[in-house]
Amino acid sequence: MMLATTQEQEARPRAIVPAHADATSLSIAVAGSGGSGVMTAGSLLLEAAGKAGFYGLMVRTSGPQIRGGEAAALVRLAPRPVNSLDDGFDLLIAIDWLNLHRFADEIALTPASVIVGDPDAGDLPEALRACGARYVPLPLKKMAKAIPGSWINMLALGLAGALAGLPERALEAALRASWTRGEAGLEANLTALRAGIAAATGIEGVRPLARAASRSNADAAVRDSPARWLLSGNEAAGYGALRGGVRFVAAYPITPATEMLEWMAPALAKVGGALVQAEDELASVNMIIGASYGGVPSLTATAGPGLALMTEGIGLAVAAEVPIVVVDVMRGGPSTGIPAKSEQSDLSFAVGGLHGDAPRLVLAPASIADCVATTQWAVQLAEALQAPAIVLSDQFLGQSRAILDVPPQRAGVARRLTAAANVPDYKRYRDTENGVSPMAIPGTPGVVYTADGLEHTEAAIPSSQARDHRVQLDKRQRKLVMHDYGAAWADVEGEGEAAVITFGSAAAPVREALARLAARGVNVRLLVVRLLAPARPEPLDRALDGVTRVLVVEQNHGAQFYRYLRSVYDLPGKPASFHRPGPLPLRPAELADAILAWRGA
Amino acid sequence: MNAAMEVRSAHVEQEGVPKTLAEFMALALAMEREAAQRYAEFGDAMETHNNVEVAELFRRMATIEAGHAQAIMTQMGWRDPPAVASDPWLDAIEGPETPRGDDVHYLMQPWHALAIALACEERAERFYERLAAMANEPAVRDAARELQREEHEHVALVRRWMDKVEKPAEGWGVDPDPPRYTD
Amino acid sequence: MNDVAVCAPRTAQTYKSSYKPIWCPGCGDYSVLSSVTKALAKVNVAPEEVVVVSGIGCSSRIPAYTNCYGFHGVHGRALAAATGLKVARPELTVLVAGGDGDGYSIGGNHFLHACRRNVDLTYIVMDNHVYGMTKGQPSPTTEPDWDSKLAPGGTGMRVFHPLVIALAAGANFIARAFSGDPNGTAEIIAQAILHPGFSFVEILSPCVTFRPEQREWKELARPAPVAPTTDAARAARRLMSDDGFNIGVLFEGDRPTYAHGRTSPRCELADLENDFVLAGVDTEEVPA
Repeated sequence: MMLATTQEQEARPRAIVPAHADATSLSIAVAGSGGSGVMTAGSLLLEAAGKAGFYGLMVRTSGPQIRGGEAAALVRLAPRPVNSLDDGFDLLIAIDWLNLHRFADEIALTPASVIVGDPDAGDLPEALRACGARYVPLPLKKMAKAIPGSWINMLALGLAGALAGLPERALEAALRASWTRGEAGLEANLTALRAGIAAATGIEGVRPLARAASRSNADAAVRDSPARWLLSGNEAAGYGALRGGVRFVAAYPITPATEMLEWMAPALAKVGGALVQAEDELASVNMIIGASYGGVPSLTATAGPGLALMTEGIGLAVAAEVPIVVVDVMRGGPSTGIPAKSEQSDLSFAVGGLHGDAPRLVLAPASIADCVATTQWAVQLAEALQAPAIVLSDQFLGQSRAILDVPPQRAGVARRLTAAANVPDYKRYRDTENGVSPMAIPGTPGVVYTADGLEHTEAAIPSSQARDHRVQLDKRQRKLVMHDYGAAWADVEGEGEAAVITFGSAAAPVREALARLAARGVNVRLLVVRLLAPARPEPLDRALDGVTRVLVVEQNHGAQFYRYLRSVYDLPGKPASFHRPGPLPLRPAELADAILAWRGA
Repeated sequence: MNAAMEVRSAHVEQEGVPKTLAEFMALALAMEREAAQRYAEFGDAMETHNNVEVAELFRRMATIEAGHAQAIMTQMGWRDPPAVASDPWLDAIEGPETPRGDDVHYLMQPWHALAIALACEERAERFYERLAAMANEPAVRDAARELQREEHEHVALVRRWMDKVEKPAEGWGVDPDPPRYTD
Repeated sequence: MNDVAVCAPRTAQTYKSSYKPIWCPGCGDYSVLSSVTKALAKVNVAPEEVVVVSGIGCSSRIPAYTNCYGFHGVHGRALAAATGLKVARPELTVLVAGGDGDGYSIGGNHFLHACRRNVDLTYIVMDNHVYGMTKGQPSPTTEPDWDSKLAPGGTGMRVFHPLVIALAAGANFIARAFSGDPNGTAEIIAQAILHPGFSFVEILSPCVTFRPEQREWKELARPAPVAPTTDAARAARRLMSDDGFNIGVLFEGDRPTYAHGRTSPRCELADLENDFVLAGVDTEEVPA
């Protein structure tokens, strides 16, 4: 662990010294197996922090068992919005040690960390002892037993919350709000919660959260703030789609996209839409093409293996100019890969993986909050440009839960250019100046046509003629390239001759790394690309004005984004790449080190 | 007769009662072996789900049953277990001493495991009792009664064991966390 | 099909690997694994000559738990992979395994055509009326009114009847088994393996985690009241009153197995060049 090396040289600290450069956030891991309820504890910790006015992020990790295996909730709390995990953890609460070594890479600990564990569950495992963290034994199981009807995870919740400095009111409120099982159980668990809180006194070495300068009144913060949300990236994307106007969804379950579809099912019913569970992804993509051909903005969500199945359908949507949105919640690849872990390795496939010359839109949200806006924008673009849009989310964004400020409303529902009734000499695929031709919606008289995957004339008649093919290929490309995407295509931040370019979930740890470097007087520009395809040479040139060298950062083995950028753009200097595959998330420290080393060179 | 019909002919109706002592002991042996196998599987499943205490308990039970099986083999001078008729368990699908596959739960506690064992031993006792009543051959009848007595002792043993073990509290099987998916 | 081996008879243990399943304790699939290994012991084929092909899902994890060759493919495509394997290597014993989601939903199309094609395979579906691995969505065999997140209030869709489809599409051996009877199931699987052509065994295998109410299947499953038939019309009539819990072999057909497998060479590779040879000017074919 990079940052720990300097710490190891100092005496093992008793005082409160953060293990990492971010002195304002607190990272807590709660781990345990079979029935310990660590995920619930983590979720409630996050909620309580939200009620207390803080922000936070929670990531889940577990073994391969479907129930009862080892699991850990990884929570990061801070006075400001949190979009990535820190380099290590300040506190690990281990309800038992079973198979905890599985999480060794994910739960990095240093001599400044504190481990709370149950001595009755056995000795501190060697791997944990070796990291030099301070071990505080606490008989959690006995304590839970002493409170009949209580769950051990509530003790852990109280303990974690108190060490984090969360007010008891907030913890209690979170527990009460989540409780669905009856009064007696609630009382027992409130007692357990308080016992956990009490157990925190006398445990040193964990620095509680401090409020951001702008927040003054701790009491006021316990009210549920109407200006903040707590949700996952999958839910955010689902909501963004509805905001954009989606009213038909075809669904086939696949890890890690299933929750988006499950959230959308009742939501669609409420807003007057429909969700159909398809028999497979071939069916899903064709169902949404059919629904969209009928005039209803449509979407499906999948992961790499499902996207692979959908490629034929996406090609059809390109050729027939039918708008669809396919959200790809990327996971470890290739093939079945690592289903429950994140990776950014579908980019090449999304921008290139169709047969023929098939331009399409590819977007990537850069945070959980951005999942709302970017999915909404994808729907708007797909509708406006009558083309398929692939939204590259990933497992980290999709399945993590975060507290965020309510995202600003993005203007408008999508608008499709449709043909009026009885337009004389209607041609569905008319070669217009901007490439977008009015689409006749079934039910509109006088403008009937047959949509086709076959190449066609402007009048939608199948054609193998050279001129028609050329006209239509140009049209389908032109409509994407000529569109004014505005400023949303990328986030450009900071100044400097050196620039880092990244996308998706890599953006947050990169931002954090750059903030650390800025604090040391090292300034690097950042370009987070949201619209990956079509390529935008002029806006990119403007964004990189004055930049002499770029480093492309991404989470995959093949440096896919780096290769893509080099193939479609002229980048200044000799572009460099920092890339590594999943399953471990990118961390600020490794990025800061890499950026510094690159910049120094 | 094709191969499929040959395999099926073993389903010819059995009266249900072993006719010789050797047949009977072969059945008793099959009972112990099937139980030992099932307990061992349970031990593995519990270990995979980090239920260490119960895993060890099931492994112990597997060893005990395997010990009974070995005793029979030694007594009868058998090197390999002899075949038994298919469907030999009267009206039951599996051996009376075999714990049923869906009686386990990943959060189960030692008391539950012992309750399962108790049910098995009680079923085994009743099975031998029925066989003893139905048997025509005196050697079979005597052997059935003998084994019935043994199972009766096992029942008492398990009951004593259960008394020493803590009874699970209400809500033992409740897991605050939802199931996960991995594929 | 091998002759009965000259070496020591194999036991179920011979076919079990040392990997411990990750299935939830109480899952019917443990029993099915046991039945498969017992069936293989009955058939007594060498483990290295057996290939277990599967798709994606809890049931599809089974290949690694056997001591045979295994192929853990992608969702719904096990029958296609198995077909290619068996046609290329007809001497192998090929078992195909998976769940109801993998087999009847995304795999549905391949199921239809595997029945038609009648390649000598044994297809075992562990049916628990749910998508277990993705946390509980309705599958094609789920009851129409089963509430779930993706289909609140139920799908409203008529359940898929795999035995009916198999019969209509031409499967040569059709049976239903129940994981609560591991020995009976082993018997049926052994028969399926020995029966030529496409043998289909649907095994009711309860899911303790997402469908705990399936414990009642113990009471509902009962031996079918009739012996297996070789008459497709009679089998069809039986299926009209089938409630999904009749256990046993339904149908044993005598359709010829798929005939377009690999053949023996009939000529040399070089002989193929005769197609390309251009007649020279000295031959009689050249017009004057």
